[in-house]
Amino acid sequence: MLRTIGRRLLLLIPTLFGLTVLLFFWVRALPGGPAAALLGERATPEAIERINEAYGFNRPLPEQYITWLGRLLQGDFGNSIETRRPVLEEFANRFPATLELSVLALLIAVGIGIPLGYWAARHHGRLLDHLSVGASLLGITIPVFFLAFMLKWLFAVQLGWLPTTGRQDRSVDATHATGFYILDGFLTGELDASWNAFIHLLLPALALATIPLAIIVRITRASVLEVVNADYVRTGRAKGVSKQIIRNRFVLRNAMLPVVTTIGLQAGLLISGAVLTETVFAFPGIGAFLANAIFARDFPVLQGFVLFIAIAYALINLLVDISYSFIDPRVRIQ
Amino acid sequence: MSAADVLPTASGPDAGGPAARRSGSFWGDVLRRVRRNPAAWVGAVIVLLFILVSILAPLLAPYPELATPGREHLRPTSLPGIGEVPEFPLGIDRFGGDVLSKLIWGAQASLIIGVVSTFFGLLGGMVLGALAGAFGGWVDSVIMRFVDILLSVPHLLLAVSIAAILGRTPLAIMIAIGVAQVPIFARLLRSSMLGQRGADYVLAARTLGLGTGRITMSHLLPNSVGPVIVQATLTLATAVIDAAALSFLGLGGGRPETAEWGRMLTYAQNELAIAPTLAFLPGICIMITALGFTLLGESLREAMDPRTRKR
Repeated sequence: MLRTIGRRLLLLIPTLFGLTVLLFFWVRALPGGPAAALLGERATPEAIERINEAYGFNRPLPEQYITWLGRLLQGDFGNSIETRRPVLEEFANRFPATLELSVLALLIAVGIGIPLGYWAARHHGRLLDHLSVGASLLGITIPVFFLAFMLKWLFAVQLGWLPTTGRQDRSVDATHATGFYILDGFLTGELDASWNAFIHLLLPALALATIPLAIIVRITRASVLEVVNADYVRTGRAKGVSKQIIRNRFVLRNAMLPVVTTIGLQAGLLISGAVLTETVFAFPGIGAFLANAIFARDFPVLQGFVLFIAIAYALINLLVDISYSFIDPRVRIQ
Repeated sequence: MSAADVLPTASGPDAGGPAARRSGSFWGDVLRRVRRNPAAWVGAVIVLLFILVSILAPLLAPYPELATPGREHLRPTSLPGIGEVPEFPLGIDRFGGDVLSKLIWGAQASLIIGVVSTFFGLLGGMVLGALAGAFGGWVDSVIMRFVDILLSVPHLLLAVSIAAILGRTPLAIMIAIGVAQVPIFARLLRSSMLGQRGADYVLAARTLGLGTGRITMSHLLPNSVGPVIVQATLTLATAVIDAAALSFLGLGGGRPETAEWGRMLTYAQNELAIAPTLAFLPGICIMITALGFTLLGESLREAMDPRTRKR
């Protein structure tokens, strides 16, 4: 087990290394170089010269790359051009918000998606099945930012039930120990702060959950349909195994493998979706910050965040692969 | 010779050779099965309508693309909605543009971005996938590691970062979405070709002394390209959504009143309280278009899936 994890972590290194090469040369391949890109419309030959000198862009490319990589390995991702603070710090400040949002979205998607998919499969071919398949198809094709809009319009603007933007009301005087606002409230006993953070989180999380939810419903349904007709399920029934055991140990457990893979793949969707959802709800996570970095052509932030996200993405998928062996003992042997 | 030169003849019913005969009957079968699927019909009708509206946009749209004919109806606290002013049946936006016209021009913009970016993605993905699948060995390893690197970043994020670096132009958006699609096509074509490499007819061709290039172009590619075409249909749906997302994030470039569904949504944000239809209409357009391509693509995939083909 540990060896598998170690091997996977080692395999991650060349991929991430490749990504740094790509990220590095990407920006340098720009016409006029990064200096012109940084300066935008203010670019004059003298200004470009100054930037090149200051950032070391006039050195040979391999030398620049080694310097950059060396700093990366020491945890120095450079400073944001926009805020002038270290990229690492900016990321660390905002990551808990996005993580909290993604986890709630994933909980919604999994909590509704698996039962709904199972239920649709058990009512295969009937109206309820068609309805859930149709709804999940709509869920896949709806743009996440449009859904975010509609939720905001209905629940925040029209009905006024939930807040439109932000992470917590300014009026709430909360202590933030971990950066996870809901958790902070529980830790410090300020339950009203937790609640306030939760209602801020609800709409963005719902918007973010839709696509993963739709995909999980479809995969669960297909997977359960495949397993329900398996020989061992029929044998179990014939031997008089109780319905609960058939459902939980025979059908659900065997049907979960593709579902878990899918959940892992949703991590990418969640991160991409977070960029859009956070923008709509002005939610102060990495997504909204990244969107700002695009406008500001803040390359250190862009490069650093993409690298962080790639690492997070890879780790999540590693976690998913490890979880296989808990669901399916056959995987453990290999 | 490019892949595009080979494909139409080799996969058409009138082409010679063992590979072509097989794919001819295969495609006939697929077509028959697609025709029996109501979901495919719905998808095809939506896609056809979308393409027609896009092409006929200059004739259908009441006003030119960047026109702002409704300027005199603009009020700070209200915007005419659906049916309030007869000349502008779907209302006007903050710039004074006719919403109906902008939706129609937006269809054209979406079609162009969707098709061109998917073409870029297909081209890049097929070249990489074909090289990896045809040569195997270290070529395969190098290409697939590169694909892994691209896959290590979520695809919309990849597109966003490419577009951000290339600059805010429509072409940058197309390239960005295309590059983000490359890994999907490359992997699909490679695995499909690997499945064909051991086939008898390939072995026969090799025995006859045909070179790798010839075998790839006239045998492996035509027989492996099916799943890629299906994926391209599905990818068009994502491309339309992604294009809207990128222009929603402000990466589209050009003038603010440009008729693009994603951009219309961006500006609708500020009017959400007084004119929610400004957001609903382009959003629904994006959804229906994506739904059309998804339905069509999924029916095609289902029809080609050997596991369901017996039905």
